[in-house]
Amino acid sequence: MLFQPAVIALLLASLVSLAMLLAASPFALELVRHWDIHSGSERQLALERRTYLFSTLLGFVFATQLVSLLLFVFNADKMAVMFVGAMCAVGTLNVNPFGFPALIAQIVVFFLAAAWLVVNHADNRAEDYPLVRVKYILLLAMLPFLLGAFALQLEYFLNLKANVITSCCGSLFSEDNPSLTADAAALPPRQAMALFYGALALAVGSAVAYARKRHGGYLVALFSAAAFVAALAGILSFVSLYIYEHPHHHCPFCILKPEYGYQGYWLYLPLFAATAAGLGVGALQPFARVASLAQIVPETGRRLAWIAAGGFALFALVASFMVWRSNLILLEG
Amino acid sequence: MKTWIEKQKALIDFTLASLARRKIKNLGLLLVYTLIVFLLASVMLFTHALRKEAGKVLENSPEVIVQRLVAGRHDLIPPGYLEKIGRIRGVQKKEGRLWGYYYDGVLKANYTFMVPQPDALMAVESGKIAVGATMARMRGLVPGNTISFRSYSGKLFSFEVSSVLPNKSELVSADLVLLSEADFRAFFELPPGYYNDIVLSVANPLEVRNIATKLSTLLPDSRPILREEVLRTYESIFNWREGIVLVLLSGAILAFAIFAWEKASGLSAEEKREIGILKAIGWETGDVIKMKFWEGALVSLAAFLLGYIAAYLHVFRFSSWLFEPVLKGWAVLYPRFELTPEVDGFQVATLFLFTVFPYAVATIVPIWRAAITDPDAVMRG
Repeated sequence: MLFQPAVIALLLASLVSLAMLLAASPFALELVRHWDIHSGSERQLALERRTYLFSTLLGFVFATQLVSLLLFVFNADKMAVMFVGAMCAVGTLNVNPFGFPALIAQIVVFFLAAAWLVVNHADNRAEDYPLVRVKYILLLAMLPFLLGAFALQLEYFLNLKANVITSCCGSLFSEDNPSLTADAAALPPRQAMALFYGALALAVGSAVAYARKRHGGYLVALFSAAAFVAALAGILSFVSLYIYEHPHHHCPFCILKPEYGYQGYWLYLPLFAATAAGLGVGALQPFARVASLAQIVPETGRRLAWIAAGGFALFALVASFMVWRSNLILLEG
Repeated sequence: MKTWIEKQKALIDFTLASLARRKIKNLGLLLVYTLIVFLLASVMLFTHALRKEAGKVLENSPEVIVQRLVAGRHDLIPPGYLEKIGRIRGVQKKEGRLWGYYYDGVLKANYTFMVPQPDALMAVESGKIAVGATMARMRGLVPGNTISFRSYSGKLFSFEVSSVLPNKSELVSADLVLLSEADFRAFFELPPGYYNDIVLSVANPLEVRNIATKLSTLLPDSRPILREEVLRTYESIFNWREGIVLVLLSGAILAFAIFAWEKASGLSAEEKREIGILKAIGWETGDVIKMKFWEGALVSLAAFLLGYIAAYLHVFRFSSWLFEPVLKGWAVLYPRFELTPEVDGFQVATLFLFTVFPYAVATIVPIWRAAITDPDAVMRG
């Protein structure tokens, strides 16, 4: 299944991202070992210049990850015709055990890159670049994740075999293929709703509290991550049902399709932005005590916290609006 | 936020002016870039439209086709099979089909002879035939003409052309000859009760596979072919062809990436001086990178739009004469057909990763190299 345009494009994108970071890693190591802001030596000057390359590279990897995340989901949806019983992206991702892990790995890489960029942004605003070493150690630590995401994706695509007619038999071989259902593990709607609104309220509350009183930064990150998971569970368990107006269609991807008016983007864009911002607040906290960042961390953190609060609130509003507008009655009374 | 936008606007303004100052060099890049986008986009638009066309053709085909196999080869359905299938729950209609191929020495091409279904719109009387538009064109037939075919047993049969099938159906009816059942059986000397295959219509798509299972236990020597399987096979064949062409074109993409790298790293003395002066008057390395980023983004956007529009025109206005032979397949009686224009967001995203992504990768390091230039080093010359 490698000769599919989108598969080639996806593998190309992750391979090139990985190769660029791998090629850059010896320089990152050198930077970690020899960085000395007070030195005026030739080497220090070269290192300082190199930092620009790294932040551009990572910004690029981040953007690529975003595009390929979308493409990965679209591609899974498009390929559904080729597998017996697969109706949409969920079915295609279930064709072999690597589908969902590959998707999750990509989401993880996306958030890691976002957190790194937040730290990078804060560091660049300080006079003495206090976080350079930390940043590049983190960059090296991200490599295994990128490698893992690429390996999972490759494994997933290599193990896809389309059920195509062969000359010897028509539908006969379709029979012994287990059917791939579009049913993802979903929670009962009542519990899912409680979890969904509870987690979102906590995330919004902690973000607003941080933005005002400037403490509890780690909580923002924690609740944001929890809200992300709860939001996905909620979309799976009840929001999608209301959008499709169908009590058994749990697919979290079909809402991105034109048949449903691209409503999914209204949900996923604020959700991903808010989660990235919320995690960014947490990523900044370890450096709040660094002298030259004493001003910058709370300031950047406050802005991010507002973005997170706004994003989660918008997400909850949009989801509630979709539920309210729907003709489906899931809970009676 | 507002100052940020203002800053970007100023940067874009500056970048555009700076691009305009080096017209020849940038136009060259734009041309090559556009050409790459054009090539890839043409392949993608063309295969996508073909895929859609195939899907549309199959939309009205029967859900299940039952063929009989003898020694692993497709054989005639003997009398009694239709009755043996009997009533399977969920099957709305079952019919035996009669069709065959006839080689015409005049055109050196194969025709498909077929008996229309009893309830079809196209009914043909005995002694008359309806012919496909491509064939009619090649043999110069109009309604009312008489045409003779020598059957495989050596006898000569004459038919009057009663109508030419509409152009709209040319993709599927290029080589089609419709004739009555009696004529068909006489022409091919097929005894009554025999059929080529059996078609079943099934209303509920979820039932199709159950019915196929029942059929294969009922008639172990038959093979049911499902419409969804045919669709699936088409889908992967078209994707595979598209993928192969893209892989073949990857050499071109690579060459383009190298070209972009060269262009971006081979800064002229004048450009170097410009960056040096900018830095001397207070631009930071980050600003220069931003400017170069906008330069790349503007060039990419222009090339992408131009290339995509050109490809759209190429495929849908000029019926993609560049790749027709490779992607469409080949036949003596090739139908003339117009593809339905369709733009797919997924395809645009894939194309974006195939073109803009390599360009961006190729230019990152050269951009950075240019941006770290020391002002004094440049100005001292």
